[in-house]
Amino acid sequence: MKKMILILSAAVGLYACSGNASKQETPAASTPAKTESGNPAYDPERGAGKFKDVAVSATLDKPMAEAGLKVYDVKCASCHKLSDEKLVGPGWKDVTRRHKPEWILNFITNVDEMLEKDAKAQAMLELCLVRMPNQNLSDEEARNVYEYMRQNDGVK
Amino acid sequence: MKPFNQTFLLLTVTAACWLPACKPNNAATAVSGDAAAKAYVAPGKYDEFYNFVSGGFSGQLSVYGLPSGRLLRVIPVFSVDPEKGYGYSENSKGMLNTSHGFVPWDDLHHTELSQTNGEVDGRWVFANANNTPRVARVDLKTFRTAEIIELPNSAGNHSSPFITENTEYVVAGTRFSVPIGDNQDVPISSYKQNFKGSLSFISVDKGTGNMDIAFQLQTPGVNFDLSHAGKGPSHGWFFFSCYNSEQANTLLEVNASQRDKDFILAVNWKKAEEYLKAGKGVKKNVKYSRSRYDERSHMTKSEMLNEVTVLDPAVLKDICYFIPCPKSPHGCDVDPSGEYIVGSGKLAALVPVFSYTKIQKAIADKAYDGEFEGIPVIKYEAALYGEVQKPGLGPLHTEFDGKGNAYTSFFVSSEIVKWNIKELKVLDRVPTYYSIGHLCVPGGDSRKPNAKYVIAYNKITKDRYLPTGPELAQSAQLFDISGDKMQLILDFPTIGEPHYAQAIAADLVSKNSTKLYKIEENTNTYVTKGEKEAKVVREGNKVHVYATSIRSHFAPDNIEGVKVGDEVYFHVTNLEQDWDIPHGFAVKGANNAELLIMPGETQTLKWVPEKPGVYPFYCTDFCSALHQEMSGYIRVSAPGNNVPLSFSLGKTNDAEAVR
Repeated sequence: MKKMILILSAAVGLYACSGNASKQETPAASTPAKTESGNPAYDPERGAGKFKDVAVSATLDKPMAEAGLKVYDVKCASCHKLSDEKLVGPGWKDVTRRHKPEWILNFITNVDEMLEKDAKAQAMLELCLVRMPNQNLSDEEARNVYEYMRQNDGVK
Repeated sequence: MKPFNQTFLLLTVTAACWLPACKPNNAATAVSGDAAAKAYVAPGKYDEFYNFVSGGFSGQLSVYGLPSGRLLRVIPVFSVDPEKGYGYSENSKGMLNTSHGFVPWDDLHHTELSQTNGEVDGRWVFANANNTPRVARVDLKTFRTAEIIELPNSAGNHSSPFITENTEYVVAGTRFSVPIGDNQDVPISSYKQNFKGSLSFISVDKGTGNMDIAFQLQTPGVNFDLSHAGKGPSHGWFFFSCYNSEQANTLLEVNASQRDKDFILAVNWKKAEEYLKAGKGVKKNVKYSRSRYDERSHMTKSEMLNEVTVLDPAVLKDICYFIPCPKSPHGCDVDPSGEYIVGSGKLAALVPVFSYTKIQKAIADKAYDGEFEGIPVIKYEAALYGEVQKPGLGPLHTEFDGKGNAYTSFFVSSEIVKWNIKELKVLDRVPTYYSIGHLCVPGGDSRKPNAKYVIAYNKITKDRYLPTGPELAQSAQLFDISGDKMQLILDFPTIGEPHYAQAIAADLVSKNSTKLYKIEENTNTYVTKGEKEAKVVREGNKVHVYATSIRSHFAPDNIEGVKVGDEVYFHVTNLEQDWDIPHGFAVKGANNAELLIMPGETQTLKWVPEKPGVYPFYCTDFCSALHQEMSGYIRVSAPGNNVPLSFSLGKTNDAEAVR
């Protein structure tokens, strides 16, 4: 039941997010400075999280993409197809063209905060109605997954 | 139980409570104005202490937050728990293996937190099974039972699982002496000739916590009741209370209460270790089980062991000494300094306090009153520090505050009495509702009590809560002891029947709490690491379903080709890697239980369908907005029906023709 409340409160947060969206999860997690109304510092292109500037080369890093595939199989494939078909979450085709790498990496690793403040993430939640699980990827794993997404999008 | 006394108390107490406007006579007999504030923990805030409370005849261990009295968790230990699949899942049912086969229930009386340097360290909590003698270790990272070891040569494991100050040993003493050895088929009336007690010293590995029976002491046939280790200067000694030194085998209520004094047995376990090293132990052929739960394979390893080393203190003279103790002693509690040992005779009207220093001197001087079955009996006065006179009726247990005071529970007079150890002087008393058994001060049996509260665990509830028919929850009561006077601040109901309990500052435990199991570290034989690996495999009449769960579907969720007569094993791996996202698994007609699968874990449910049909399975733990959709079907066919084994997920348009 508590998970239902979380989902509902996240949904409610969509409409209330310009106000002082409160955090429900844990008492220790409150960071009031970041939830000021308007939030002028927020960069919707990059999202919220520790990834500010991700270096991406023009060509594919194959070992990274291979490592990313292994993570995909265990932690992502249950919900994301490689085509553009939505399963539980959106299909991955062209995801690297829709979002900046920073946004994707932040969403993967910092999903709760992103769902709380990012309009694009919230719009997807409205469509999918299942909060993307935080699958506890390390920064390196997340980056590898991103490289695999690039491979899926045709980067050689 | 003791009806005359209950009635009397009931009358006085209810009279006091029914007059809300009347002024309390003193702070000890009524709840004062700030009690609610003292027990109040605001929504979203945490409690200050964890309280690990024995579940008695429920066989489980409950965890409460203090001072709020919130029930945080019930940990299954010695009894099956279909809610969690404990004792039913293929993973956990080995935990309840014994030399008597699978034992689904027991009676958990005492909890004891692990200690380092005499202080509670928050690593493990130990628990005893009273009926089929065992000791369990619960891991406080996961709040799960990690290990259970059975005790051979034992019956009624009551004086357990008390520990030494660095958790070197957990002890287990027999409440019921029984015939031990090759011929156990003897007349009950031959108690004096054939019945023996035994005290087991179970070693605990410093790193892993793994338990082994290091040695057993074979003792005269008496009833060992409770025990506590020496500490500080008396580290190296253990003290066990015992009754029935009359060695009665019938109507113990009368026949085991004949002698004016029974005993506390002082055990020099360091000396026992020396004899063990010197090869003085005798290896005995026995049979006992040990089960360990592995948090990576998510499986129980259960084994049967067949040897234990026994030392005989009647031959090895300087291990054991009896100390006379009045009137069927129950509690046997050592103060934080390690100098004072408090005995509590259930039928006594005084509380004797023994001195470790005097006991040592008495041994050196051989100040003995003869022997009891080959073990020296120290003269009462030679061991006695002094007696608390007229403290109350029926003392049971004592805890300490580390400020020189003791808190003793009195069953018959239904009260907690605070008294000064050195002066043997009563300082304060409060009634309990009703008939207190054990009591607990956080760290109250360690060298460093954290004495903010004392909790009473009462045996009788009567009118304390709204009635719920003949069967009532047991009542616990929380008293603030930060001032000179004890102040009642909260009642809270408990599960089963609580006996001993321990409490610990929350941060010593909460900081180590496991949030999830890493899927990468899962070594279960039947793990499914990703939906790509999901499959159904037939091996003879066994069908193994390698399934995954994630918000909100199972893979696979359509299975066909199972036959009546097959044993189906659902091996469900929860692919989630986020805190508090368990999934459940239930299948229609399962005659065992459900599964709850934590993130990253694999759990297995065996299912034996008995007739053809299509059976739904579903997730039982609300996981997302589409939780109701998290389900699947498994088709069972008659043995002769040639449906091929198949499995799928999301296959919608090429369904097999209806048969």
